[in-house]
Amino acid sequence: MNQKGKFFAISLTFCLMFLFWILLSGMWDLFHLLSGVICSGIVAFISHDLLVKHKDEKLVAKTIRLFRYIPWEFWQIVLANIDVLCRVLHPKMPIDPCVIEFETPLRGDFSIVTLANSITLTPGTITIRVEPERGKFWVHALAKEPADALLVDGTMQRKVADVFMEGEGNR
Amino acid sequence: MFVIVDALVIVLLAGGTFFTVVGTIGLLRFPDFYTRLHATGKCDTLGEGLIILGAVVYHLFYYSESLLVPIKLLFLIFFIFIANPTATHAIVKAAYETGLKPWKPGEERR
Amino acid sequence: MLTVFLVTGLSIIATIFLSLYRAIVGPGVFNRVAAVNVIGTKTIVLLVLIGYYFERPYFFDIALLYAMLNFIGTLVFAKYLEKGDLCS
Repeated sequence: MNQKGKFFAISLTFCLMFLFWILLSGMWDLFHLLSGVICSGIVAFISHDLLVKHKDEKLVAKTIRLFRYIPWEFWQIVLANIDVLCRVLHPKMPIDPCVIEFETPLRGDFSIVTLANSITLTPGTITIRVEPERGKFWVHALAKEPADALLVDGTMQRKVADVFMEGEGNR
Repeated sequence: MFVIVDALVIVLLAGGTFFTVVGTIGLLRFPDFYTRLHATGKCDTLGEGLIILGAVVYHLFYYSESLLVPIKLLFLIFFIFIANPTATHAIVKAAYETGLKPWKPGEERR
Repeated sequence: MLTVFLVTGLSIIATIFLSLYRAIVGPGVFNRVAAVNVIGTKTIVLLVLIGYYFERPYFFDIALLYAMLNFIGTLVFAKYLEKGDLCS
């Protein structure tokens, strides 16, 4: 990582840590702010390459797209919970579990984590195992319909690939 | 004005509690380990998000001097929404690697 | 208004006792680990509600800290159960 990328990583980590310090302490006098600066500086200096691995080209655009993706996902979470609610409270409990696997074109760390969390939080599926080199996901599905929505439609994979610009047309 | 805020807080708290209770009923009622984690990983997370959201709305209208506390609670909600699915995935992966087989309809409860 | 927090807190305590049944009975170790994770997550919400009911604002920091502790504890347990050793 060259000098410019390192400077960007250190300053970004320092800003985030300092914001977090202000959020947790809530005191605005000189002693606390100064100790916040010193502590955030030490942390940013030691562990700056945890947050930014290499200088991403379009970090701002990706963050904006992430904020646009979150409301859609929140709606899917609410739908998922109403679905599980119906299955728990039904007297006959209609479940039919199966394990499916599929491949995605996602390769980066952050995008795979976002897709795995979205799969766990949405109707009837839980991520079991991930292979980051080939982008394979093993998923346990509660019934046939949610599994089909994930496998056949591929809506969620396309949306996450859109957010992180790692889709089929961008490689 | 405060009647609307009171009603909103009561609706959020009641909805959150309902989802949490249903999640725990699912933990007791489902026949297999993987299906139980479906119930808790989804319903618990959303139920608690709603309860803490109700507390945030209550704080914004009754104690409106300190605005730092609602931001702290919103960060707590964000952390729960990321940490709970990750912990669920970690347990499920450990169970799958050591050979626990999923349940098929027609078998007995485990 | 504060009695609403009391009623919610009591329902959460009731669900904690229900999960305790799964922690005691659940055949095998994985059911028990999942139940303990659920109890930990419920404790976080209980801390926030108690902080509002008794009007002590310091309970929210304890809730944040316990959320992180519970998360790391569950991850460590899962890693030990999968690999048989913590630092391999």
